[in-house]
Amino acid sequence: MPGATRSPLTFVVHLSVLLLVALWTLPTAGLLISSLRDKDQLAVSGWWTALLTSTQNVVFRAPSPETQTERDGRFVLSGNLLEGQKGEVSAFGFNSRDPAAFQPGQTAELNDGEKLTVQADGSFEIVSDTRMEGSRGQRIFFTAAVPPRFTLDNYREVLSAEGIGQSFINSLTVAIPATIIPILVAAFCAYALAWMKFPGRAILIAVVVGLLVVPLQMSLIPLLKLYNGVGAFFGVPAKTYVGIWLAHMGFGLPLAIYLLRNYMAGLPKEIMESARVDGASDFDIFVKIILPLSFPALASFAIFQFLWTWNDLLVAIVFLGTGNDELVLTGRLVNLLGSRGGNWEILTASAFITIIVPLIVFFALQRYLVRGLLAGSVKGG
Amino acid sequence: MQQLVFAIGTMIAGVLACAFYFFATNWLLDRVFPSKGLSGAKASRNLRTTNAIRPWLFMLPALVALAVYLVYPVFESVRLSLHDRTGQTFVGPGNFVWMLGDGEFRQSIFNNFLWLLVVPALSTFFGLVIAALTDRIWWGNIAKTLIFMPMAISFVGAAVIWKFVYDYRAEGSEQIGILNAIVTWFGGSPEAWITLPFWNNFFLMVILIWIQTGFAMVILSAALRGIPEETLEAAVIDGANGLQIFFKIMIPQIWGTIAVVWTTITILVLKVFDIVLAMTNGQWQTQVLANLMFDWMFRGGGDFGRGAAIAVVIMVLVIPIMIWNIRNATRETGGH
Repeated sequence: MPGATRSPLTFVVHLSVLLLVALWTLPTAGLLISSLRDKDQLAVSGWWTALLTSTQNVVFRAPSPETQTERDGRFVLSGNLLEGQKGEVSAFGFNSRDPAAFQPGQTAELNDGEKLTVQADGSFEIVSDTRMEGSRGQRIFFTAAVPPRFTLDNYREVLSAEGIGQSFINSLTVAIPATIIPILVAAFCAYALAWMKFPGRAILIAVVVGLLVVPLQMSLIPLLKLYNGVGAFFGVPAKTYVGIWLAHMGFGLPLAIYLLRNYMAGLPKEIMESARVDGASDFDIFVKIILPLSFPALASFAIFQFLWTWNDLLVAIVFLGTGNDELVLTGRLVNLLGSRGGNWEILTASAFITIIVPLIVFFALQRYLVRGLLAGSVKGG
Repeated sequence: MQQLVFAIGTMIAGVLACAFYFFATNWLLDRVFPSKGLSGAKASRNLRTTNAIRPWLFMLPALVALAVYLVYPVFESVRLSLHDRTGQTFVGPGNFVWMLGDGEFRQSIFNNFLWLLVVPALSTFFGLVIAALTDRIWWGNIAKTLIFMPMAISFVGAAVIWKFVYDYRAEGSEQIGILNAIVTWFGGSPEAWITLPFWNNFFLMVILIWIQTGFAMVILSAALRGIPEETLEAAVIDGANGLQIFFKIMIPQIWGTIAVVWTTITILVLKVFDIVLAMTNGQWQTQVLANLMFDWMFRGGGDFGRGAAIAVVIMVLVIPIMIWNIRNATRETGGH
């Protein structure tokens, strides 16, 4: 209540809201931070430690003996455990049972007379008096403190190699027409239901309200059969972009008509009456007066429809093919969850790409979204 | 890129075709039944005819789309639910009898009821609490935006976000999922949360609650603001404290809105599909009706009879809310 501030209660309110906000934002923040981390660090430490130096236990395989060089009558293999990245080696070993047996700078006697030396900066040398045999390199275990590393590599990888880039375009291909096409169709219908008098109008409004909640599941099988039938009859593929645009239009229409009708019915009656007195027809009134005035409601619906079509998975996997040039982002993400379940660098970056567009739309047009929600749910709109 | 150009081209063509349809039919109607420049009786008769036809011209494309994509499928689904997997042979209530004996279906019904009990209640509760709290602080709008944000995220994206939260590593190694990290920090042992039968349902529900709380909050916040100032002032003068005002004045005033929020989320819960598919695909006893229906639609080449029967069950569960909605809407629109 206004005036009830400055009590200890206010402090509790601030604290609990802060806690709730943290609960609601941290999961997404974790995803974003993780997607920007180096994949080796991401795999071994939590995202909340992203800014700390992390300690990694790594297995490194030295180059195979075939690459050894001869120096002063001895045979040498050298390289760097950290492979050029920054970091500090704190211990190393050559046996998985004791991976931290030696300190940097010490020399370890390998089983076959070879000597391994590792420096703190990661450079190592294997020295032998005789020519080294075999084709597999020596395994070196080491513990290193690695400073935090952020990179866009994960994004680079998923955009090209994992097909997320192509799916991004596919999602746009689905969402843009599926958002725009229904608007005009719905607007004309909404005007008729709001301002034209004809028998059966009340029943039609009731039907639209009823259709608002019909589960999509009811439509899937009959429409799949219908699409297959139409495809077979005309000899065209059953799963096409045109098919999914029309499906999204059909499923979006009840909400569109309902939202727009509520909004138009709330416009002042006098405008229409005076226009009619001036001899304007229904068509003129709608196109020249109602449509421009309804812009906020049209925008609300467009945002809803865009978010819904972009985020949709069910309609896309039923009515659109799964080829590379048809699989949408949500479908690709589900596939990745199956095939790359443990590769969080792939999953986090892919997920972030799929949610970035709706988030931008959300933050830019939140006002219209809220207005649409209110019009759709609360009496009086 | 090319397909995007094609898509936008089709879209423009589609919009132009719609515009052309409305314009052309309207023009044609005025041509066939002219009312201007005609005298008396004929003009008014033509006017009456056009006024009777025009609404239907305006509504025709929308009505056709609704009929094809929503009305016809409802009847066709009911018909298919009484037929076998191909939709050719009539089996009467066979699919429904099969359902009653099917363990997976009973599991789904049980889980769906769990979801119905928990998700709408908690979403509405959190939404109401946050709406009430954020109204009292200066950064309330920022807080609301952040809590509303998950609303824009797809169910699949949210599933990835939360799968990362629930990530499990064997005991002893460092946990990268925050939930297990917290549990081990307090000295517990890590768990693979989404494979724990029964309780894993709740871990999936958290995702939907996380998404829907923002929706509940926005609507309830508007309703709270709509409560007349005088009512609240009167309560303050009478010596009511904050909690009394909240429970005895505010809640009863917005009872209707709470019901709307509750039922809207209930409908959504009945259709929940993506979250379960992405998190567990119904394994570890998390199956729900919508995912089971999808499964039967394609399982073994597709069993349309059983799939349609499960869809009909979902529809039947929705019908009470549908009737309630229609009655409310008819009362509101009343004479208009």
